[in-house]
Amino acid sequence: MGRYVVAAAGEIAPGGRKIVTVAGREIGIFNIHSEFFALINRCPHEGGALCRGRLVGLMESDRPGEYRLTRHGEMLRCPWHGWEFDIRTGQSWCDPLNTRVRSYNITVEPGATVVKGPYVAEMVPVTVEQDYLVVEI
Amino acid sequence: MNVTVLDRSPDAAAISRLGYVDCDVHPFIRSAADFDPFLSERWRKHRQTIGGRSRQAMANAANYPRMSPGVGMRIDAWPPDGSHPGSDLAFMRAQLLDAFGVAYGIMLPLVGRSSDERNVEFGAAMATAVNEWQATLWSDPEPRLKGSVQIAIEHTEAAIAELERRAGDRRFAQVQIPPRGLEPLGRRRYWPILEAIAANGFPAALHLGGSGGHPSTGGGWPSFYHEEHHSYVQSMEALVTSLVIEGVFERIPNLKVVLVEGGFAWLPSLCWRLDKHWKRLREEVPHLKRLPSEYVRDHVWITTQPIEEPERAEDLLHTFEWIGWDRVMFSTDYPHWDQDDPRYAIKVALPEREKRMLYRDNAMAFYRLN
Repeated sequence: MGRYVVAAAGEIAPGGRKIVTVAGREIGIFNIHSEFFALINRCPHEGGALCRGRLVGLMESDRPGEYRLTRHGEMLRCPWHGWEFDIRTGQSWCDPLNTRVRSYNITVEPGATVVKGPYVAEMVPVTVEQDYLVVEI
Repeated sequence: MNVTVLDRSPDAAAISRLGYVDCDVHPFIRSAADFDPFLSERWRKHRQTIGGRSRQAMANAANYPRMSPGVGMRIDAWPPDGSHPGSDLAFMRAQLLDAFGVAYGIMLPLVGRSSDERNVEFGAAMATAVNEWQATLWSDPEPRLKGSVQIAIEHTEAAIAELERRAGDRRFAQVQIPPRGLEPLGRRRYWPILEAIAANGFPAALHLGGSGGHPSTGGGWPSFYHEEHHSYVQSMEALVTSLVIEGVFERIPNLKVVLVEGGFAWLPSLCWRLDKHWKRLREEVPHLKRLPSEYVRDHVWITTQPIEEPERAEDLLHTFEWIGWDRVMFSTDYPHWDQDDPRYAIKVALPEREKRMLYRDNAMAFYRLN
């Protein structure tokens, strides 16, 4: 397991995302309401580039004619077949027990810590003044 | 917890080595003016000032809006310059033909709307234009792509002239017919066209979609796209039944039909039902000399996408056996939202021989691509 510095924390605005290649795999980094999430850029259904999909809300209904739309921007919809995944858990909405997209632990670390290591930071120039996003793989 | 994280082996190299044939690829226009060079002055003016009149209320809209935004397209299929998915040959090569080592791609253009145009003379002019567009803008620069001859099916004379004009032109693989017509396809009024298709060595391809002006289910118009999507199965069942029961395959013994994007798991049970009732009702249809299923087995091919996925993935093998392994041909439906990836679409391991048949050999033989 390694810890990889993938971006400066200020680089991805709320609602924004960045797709990085870490240890040979593409990972999507998302800033949702100033929380960060990291998911593999590969849909468990047929391998579509999931992290290029739209962020949508959670649409639910208890009975025909009623609906509620909550958790705005927290469901990631695959650009191919529209499968939706909860960005917090990686769980598939249509098959939550059996299908999930691989997600990674991501933390915000101060530059001073990152400079000390042991992190892999060749992708991002690090200074002590900034905070950084660190993904564990 | 047993969680699926795409643990099937992405055997891209094997698929590429196979050189598969993709039996459903959709080229698109950059703008409607793309057809103008292939229209006479008279019809160019007509297109620009009057436009098409299809058999539905909103002339330039889908009856049932699809994935939105995205107009029913795979979201990552927009070429870099922002033009419509399917409209850029270089991007189609990168995303499909080269990515998977496609040996041949069979194009089914769903543009131009020649088949359901109410002004049948304009429809015939558009059919010619779409055919020229396929040949010169797609098949000429990319010989792996083969076209589907468009015809205005309600203009018999023009339709036959158009497909005869394309006979022997290896840039065209088949004649495309709308599955939702004014009347069921087996009716006598369509026989001259079906005879001409067979006589000129073409298969007839029926790709779902379009509007015949009738509600898309026997019970009327559906409310949802989800509901409409399934109604294509009914369209396909109706036309197979019509072709068989009307005696088209008795009349035209060398007619080959391929059903594109209509699914296929329904086909065996339809045959079982038709066979059962033929034993009881055959006096009504004495022109049928054999079991309905035998006509289907001899004359009907299917493409895979969208695959009905049984709960137990291995049950799919039974479905293919019932239909006949030599009748199943792989398709992606690129670049539409519900397209299949050749590496993952079939969720059960196929025996090696059957795999070759399904991905390649059946289509090579069907379209005489060797």
